[in-house]
Amino acid sequence: MSETRRDFMKLTGVFGLLAAAGLLTAEEALAQQQAWNKAAFETKSVGDAIKALGGGAPVESKDIAITAPDIAENGAVVPVGVTSKIPKTQAVYVLVEKNPNVLAAGFNIPAGTEPSVATRIKMGQTSNVYAVVKADGKFYVASKEVKVTLGGCGG
Amino acid sequence: MPDPMRIRATAQPDGVEVRVLMSHEMEPGQRRDASGNMVPPHFIQTVTVTHAGKTVLSAEWGPAVAKNPYLQFKFQGGKKGDEIVVTWVDNKGETRTDKATIN
Repeated sequence: MSETRRDFMKLTGVFGLLAAAGLLTAEEALAQQQAWNKAAFETKSVGDAIKALGGGAPVESKDIAITAPDIAENGAVVPVGVTSKIPKTQAVYVLVEKNPNVLAAGFNIPAGTEPSVATRIKMGQTSNVYAVVKADGKFYVASKEVKVTLGGCGG
Repeated sequence: MPDPMRIRATAQPDGVEVRVLMSHEMEPGQRRDASGNMVPPHFIQTVTVTHAGKTVLSAEWGPAVAKNPYLQFKFQGGKKGDEIVVTWVDNKGETRTDKATIN
């Protein structure tokens, strides 16, 4: 009696988990894919990318700090960090001027999260790296040149 | 199933520092393989980090993010022992979620 009950519980438990997991991920995946800004990631110039993100001409700002090497030996892995001191920073974007598609990454910064993010990007060749910050609905920009000795597009 | 992420979350006086290392090919879709065929793109598009049911960071990535992506940021309001959840979704709809405890 107790044996069969145990088996039954095991089965329902496993199936229940599977169903819940399957349903959740499928729905979430769909929602997240729709959230991805395809137009912005397909732009070929810095100006177009900012336009696709919903901004006009950005203002140069000294309150944005880009942490990146002056010379990157390997373009496949370039560490880039962006810190914004602009109040009410809502989003931070990393753009590489001479990559096939300029927009590399975007980060939405909710209240309570510091507007300071770091990641690693690929760079095809020596280029300016732009950090675009959206703060209180306005766009600000800073740039830094990173020299690449070995391109990152060959993998 | 993709490999698990490595997540470090440490409570510091000025907030919780989160560092995530994901395991993903991040194929840009601009390369040709040995026989001259284009390698289809395969990269993470969105990353979401939540703490206590609240999103503390969401990111949108293009194929220009390096292979096995790294992400670092800091948020306020977390404390030692709390759990954070990191989820990514790639352009093929694959997804992975991992949890870590702040220490």
